[in-house]
Amino acid sequence: MDAMLQDVVAKYNYWIYVVLMMIGFYAMIGKRNLVKKLLGMNIFQTAIILFFVSIGVKRGGAIPILDKYKVLESGVDAAQIVNPLPHVLMLTAIVVSVSVTGVALAVMQRIHREYGTLEEDEILERIGE
Amino acid sequence: MTFTNLHLYALATPLLTAFFVNLLGRLSRNWIAPLVVLSLCFSSVFSGVTLFNVLKHGAYRYTVGNWQPPFGIELVIDHLSALMMVLVSVVALVATLASLKCVERELPGREHLFFTLYLILIAGLIGLVLTGDAFNLYVLLEITSITTYGLIAMGKGRAPLASFNYIIMGSIGACFYLLGVGYLYILTGTLNMADIASRIAGLDAPAALATAFGFIMVGLWVKMAFFPLHSWLPNAYSLAPTGAGLMIAPLMTKVTVYLMIRVIFSVFTPSYAFFQHAGVQSAIVWVAAAAIVCASSLALAQRDLRRMLTFIIVAEVGYMVGGVWLANTQGMTGAILHIVNDALMTLCLFLAAAAIYYRTGSLKLENLNGLYRKMPVTMAAFTIGAFAMIGIPPTCGFFSKWYLIMGGIEAGQWGYVGALLFSSLVNAILFFRIIEIAFFPKGEHGHGHGHEPIRMEEAPFLILKPLVLTAIALIAVGFGTGPLVNNIIRLAIPAGF
Amino acid sequence: MAYPYSIWPLVAILVSLLATLPIMAFNDRAPNLREGSTLMAAVAKFMIVAAMIPTVMQGGGFELTLAEVIPGVPIQLRVDGMGLFFALVASFLWIFTSLYSIGYMRSLGEHDQTRYFASFAVAISATIGVAFSANLLTMYLFYEMLSLSTYPLVAHEQTAEARASGRKYLTYILGTSIGLVLPAMLITYQAAGTLDFTQGGILTGCASPNTVALLLVLFIFGFAKAGIMPFHGWLPAAMVAPTPVSSFLHGVAVVKVGVFSILRVIFDIFGPDLLRDLNLGVVIATIASITILTASLVALTQDNLKRRLAYSTIGQLSYMILGAGMLTAAGMTGGVLHIAMHAFGKITLFFCAGAIYVAHHKKYISQMDGLGRKMPITYLAFFLGSMSIIGMPPMGGFLSKWNLVIGAFEAQQIVLVVVLLVSSLLNAAYFFPIVYRGFFAKLPEGETESGVQEAPLFCLLPLSITALCSLVLFFFPQIFLGLIRVALFP
Repeated sequence: MDAMLQDVVAKYNYWIYVVLMMIGFYAMIGKRNLVKKLLGMNIFQTAIILFFVSIGVKRGGAIPILDKYKVLESGVDAAQIVNPLPHVLMLTAIVVSVSVTGVALAVMQRIHREYGTLEEDEILERIGE
Repeated sequence: MTFTNLHLYALATPLLTAFFVNLLGRLSRNWIAPLVVLSLCFSSVFSGVTLFNVLKHGAYRYTVGNWQPPFGIELVIDHLSALMMVLVSVVALVATLASLKCVERELPGREHLFFTLYLILIAGLIGLVLTGDAFNLYVLLEITSITTYGLIAMGKGRAPLASFNYIIMGSIGACFYLLGVGYLYILTGTLNMADIASRIAGLDAPAALATAFGFIMVGLWVKMAFFPLHSWLPNAYSLAPTGAGLMIAPLMTKVTVYLMIRVIFSVFTPSYAFFQHAGVQSAIVWVAAAAIVCASSLALAQRDLRRMLTFIIVAEVGYMVGGVWLANTQGMTGAILHIVNDALMTLCLFLAAAAIYYRTGSLKLENLNGLYRKMPVTMAAFTIGAFAMIGIPPTCGFFSKWYLIMGGIEAGQWGYVGALLFSSLVNAILFFRIIEIAFFPKGEHGHGHGHEPIRMEEAPFLILKPLVLTAIALIAVGFGTGPLVNNIIRLAIPAGF
Repeated sequence: MAYPYSIWPLVAILVSLLATLPIMAFNDRAPNLREGSTLMAAVAKFMIVAAMIPTVMQGGGFELTLAEVIPGVPIQLRVDGMGLFFALVASFLWIFTSLYSIGYMRSLGEHDQTRYFASFAVAISATIGVAFSANLLTMYLFYEMLSLSTYPLVAHEQTAEARASGRKYLTYILGTSIGLVLPAMLITYQAAGTLDFTQGGILTGCASPNTVALLLVLFIFGFAKAGIMPFHGWLPAAMVAPTPVSSFLHGVAVVKVGVFSILRVIFDIFGPDLLRDLNLGVVIATIASITILTASLVALTQDNLKRRLAYSTIGQLSYMILGAGMLTAAGMTGGVLHIAMHAFGKITLFFCAGAIYVAHHKKYISQMDGLGRKMPITYLAFFLGSMSIIGMPPMGGFLSKWNLVIGAFEAQQIVLVVVLLVSSLLNAAYFFPIVYRGFFAKLPEGETESGVQEAPLFCLLPLSITALCSLVLFFFPQIFLGLIRVALFP
């Protein structure tokens, strides 16, 4: 039990992302309101962004902005700086997720104009009519 | 090799044209058609030359902007991706001819918006096919998806709702894929496919690797609508504007299947993917068999031609996934061949549906009466497409099915073989039901010699021409199966597999 | 067996396929030209086929590879004894069917004649294609082409009944070909690595006895055009088609293509030796015998003349398969020969049934009392045709049945002899009453003796010629026998 707990604590970043992801996942699948679904999707994406960013972290690592002269003199000690690549990747991922959210919002507007509601049940009812 | 960056132009032409279409199309819609068609013509020619180059000089890699791999984004131009590139650009070109006509009627005044998205989607698909970078693949996957969401949402009635469901499911798929890539990155510290592959070999982290593999696969399966993750597809594809469906239906799922093959070949090795975990491989083939059976059965229940076709697409995805996971050369050959054939068959049938819809305004099965007289050319092409779907020689559908079944027999996967045969039979029922309805004139029950003249009313030339071309291609590709397999597909499958 | 390359097999197939173009172009606007092109194609096709006889008789042949589609299995045409034999029968009879069609369709003022003639032309192309196929895949291709091109013919009437029959037809034919033949073909390819028709078979030594037995059953039932029970139901149903269709397609082309395919598979895929070693001839013989007897019995009960002929066809088709199943020289010869003999006989009978319908609009045997006195030529031809089918001298049918009986003795299967004899008696029992009632029975109420009322000449001429051919074949069967000898015992 102790060992397991230690495991959980040591890798807390993973657990947080898993929990966040599950919350988002639940909202996407379980909720009947389209806005909530979209929010779930955002949480889901944020969880993954968090996951990526967290894996770049190093204990005691500095931000990856280097002094050119210092580097030329003594080289780079990769252990001393945080890995910047995941951050860069996540910039792209954020762009993607913002675009998806934008499209989804636009689509939702059209749905609202068409059916006057964003509750899935009510929409389906209206379609059935 | 003087043409080493032609493939890049094939990608860039539609992408750049997209902006001009948006700008100039706003001023006058007369700009749109020539711009779109011209750019896709260029794209097709470039792709063709690229394929020719690959056949002549062998595969090569290309670094975008001269950033050396593994840091820069690398494009991989081998037999498989060159073939796919030609497929994508040519199918897109042919579909565009017809979709110009459909969009003109269905979305008047919004054509420039439609074709902006349309061209970006094509550029995205070509990019997907070429990329050799796992993260870049994610970005392109989302580019294609976002444009597709938009295109589908432009449809009438329930289309926005279908599009929204697709957004939710598509995002789940993409996120899963991204997660898998994240795990791979943790394990290897790189995102270049070849680089990942070389590092995986020496790795001792089976659980993490399996997690990565699982996430990536599930992500792609959602995107390709592999049963039972298919629920978004039928609504999305059948409610999309006709012009969008013409291109999305033949290409999207097929390209995603290609991605699955690419990931298995270039990132994980076939030996890892298929043989590392006992039982997984055969379990997936069984799921594929179930996918084929269920989707075919569901297709039987449909009363609308386009909706029925979408369920057939789902079944065909089962064909291809199953073929890949048979884990033998025959099955893989069949799957790759089927990507080509299925794209053409789906295109043919969707074009026919578009032609019928254009003239009659309905795709309800019971309204198709007497179409053989009204639109003989359209229906002739439709019949050829139907035969290809059923798998009647010498149409191309037969030969890919041949390889798939051979693979199934070789692997001893009788469930899959049975599912393929079952689906052929169901397809026969599906299509002959339509053929029978269309064969007989309306309201003629019980008296054989009544002869009410039906006026011939063919679809407009712009839809008819691509349709006939595609139908001819179905037979031509059928006869060309031998060279196609020997010269391209065999070489696309890595040696020793 | 490598034969010299030749374009002629392809030409023989394409002649009628290309004839669809003028047929559709002339359409209803110029019916004479339309039928003219049909006839010209028919004659041209027969000439091309006939021109190949001398070469093939000397043990030669022709070959043409169209495309290499699957490793080891090209789409390939080849003319050999067996194929030429069948092509000869089919192309010869097509000429008369075309003539007859013109008479029949015009007299009845049928609708959609263009579609009818076009589909017919495609069907005969497919038939010749099956005959000239060099391997199983090519044969399968043409086999399916035949199934699909005959659908518009079966459903020609466009009535609810015709629709249902068309559906039934496709269900049986496509269902079995996709569900049974296709997997059988793939398993064969998997085992043998080729599908080429080779004298003596390709499966020897590459498949276990159980696999061979399974394949045999799959193939025999899979080629459902041969009407082996229980996959025979489409044939009586397909009788709603216009009579020329029934006579040619369901008396000659379609059903014989089924039989021909089965025989090809038995001779050139399995090989008689393999079947003999595994003692599988019995399986074939049993399946065929059951069909023969059952079909003959059912035929007795049919009042609709065309349906009676259909059941008779089902029984006769199994004769041919039975002959092959005996796996003796005489039996196999008899089986193959019966393809031709039965074709000439049965087409005559169907032509007669059509002529009766054209002239008097009668479909049921019970209505045909005394009709022979009004249509003496038709009834005489019917008599000759039925004699040939029953197997009485001096008709062609006698020769094939004689060979079959000898074959049964050679195989020391007295049971089979009994089957053949009983069946012949049954044949007589369902044919002769028709003739007898035609000539001697009293007219039904309300009809008067009104002198001779024959069908138009276009109908009458073909049926007389085919009846005479049946007779002539008894005296001059040399060409057919020669081709069979080349095919079976090179």
